[in-house]
Amino acid sequence: MADSTTTTDRLPPAVRAEALESLLTERGLVKSEVLDGFINRFVNDVGPMNGAKVVAKAWTDDDYRAQLLADGTGAIKELGFAGPQGEHIVVVENSDDVHNVVVCTLCSCYPWPVLGLPPEWYKDPAYRSRMVREPRRLLSEMGLDLDDGVEVRVWDSSAENRYLVLPQRPEGTEGLSEEELASLVTRDAMVGVAKVSAA
Amino acid sequence: MDGIHDMGGMHGWGSVSIDSDEPVFREGWHGRAFAMGAMSMGLSGTNLDAFRHGLERLHPYEYLADGYYGRWLSCAETLLVDSGVIPPGAVEARARNLMGESVDEPADVAENKPSYERGGAGSLRDIDDEPAFSPGDRVRAKDLRTSGHTRMPGYIRGRSGTVCARRPAALLPDTNAHFQGENPQHVYTVEFDSAELWGPGAEAAALRIDLFESYLEAT
Repeated sequence: MADSTTTTDRLPPAVRAEALESLLTERGLVKSEVLDGFINRFVNDVGPMNGAKVVAKAWTDDDYRAQLLADGTGAIKELGFAGPQGEHIVVVENSDDVHNVVVCTLCSCYPWPVLGLPPEWYKDPAYRSRMVREPRRLLSEMGLDLDDGVEVRVWDSSAENRYLVLPQRPEGTEGLSEEELASLVTRDAMVGVAKVSAA
Repeated sequence: MDGIHDMGGMHGWGSVSIDSDEPVFREGWHGRAFAMGAMSMGLSGTNLDAFRHGLERLHPYEYLADGYYGRWLSCAETLLVDSGVIPPGAVEARARNLMGESVDEPADVAENKPSYERGGAGSLRDIDDEPAFSPGDRVRAKDLRTSGHTRMPGYIRGRSGTVCARRPAALLPDTNAHFQGENPQHVYTVEFDSAELWGPGAEAAALRIDLFESYLEAT
């Protein structure tokens, strides 16, 4: 490994990745096509569009919403979403009185089956360090201003439970179908750093 | 361990900006590093907790220099070298050769995968132990100090809170990361008031964090 204590003479990570892949493939331990398939799955099939379907269904089906809040993992699996980093998913509901937001201070734990891989801001040391200490200020810097009376609940995902925020359904969406509603739901709202807007 | 990874409450990291057009993998090597990182656990005969500890063991500069996927790549290399799957120095030598240098590559070494009992797939386990705590109980996070792996962040050490839920029991990362047994335990979500954590001038907020039973004591 390159001398990690200096900023000079470090090898570019792209080349180190290529080097490691060649060492593993020539030993017959991995196949490049298998890596391709793994990568493609997280680029195309697993992402916040999954969580958006869960949220939209909860907004339009009270029984499902109750089930989702009681047994997140099971209700999410019913829609076909399960897998690594989703062994036990807890859904927490935003309301007029409570705003939930999720962080992982120790690494970057994130509910992959419903949100895919975490975005850069979620992995940023600034997010990991500050969300547990000054959540309102950080949320405001990220574009979400909360009313003073709202209780802020910060969930630090320090074990194997993964948290998904059920955002509030925006006003003016009464006539929309489940599919149309899902298209409004953003990743950021399901982590709790944004609200869902009607347009 | 008290390392660079334990970031909760640190000062000095600046602000956060959201790029709404961010691709899943910004660079090609990010995806390769992610896939090889995920596979390195099986290839090295280790586990998810050992992987997280591998991240923590990186030099702080190495942890930060190339971002999240940079540390996944370095961690994959660490686990694979520790287990003797690839020899020390092999990645650097191969990389230099890929860049046009001509350096000797190290010979393979004896495999050194850890030998330990596994209780099944994943991290959740069914246990018969009576839970020590119930929702509503007041608890304190013990003043635990370890140079090894733990999932108790430093910022709650010695602080008191209230149990708000019991979660499925899970194997204990503190021992599983070191191949010293799964020791499954009950897990609780504990709520801490921000003033308890950060002092009387803290922004009002409720911090909810998942903690293993052995991290907690009754108050």
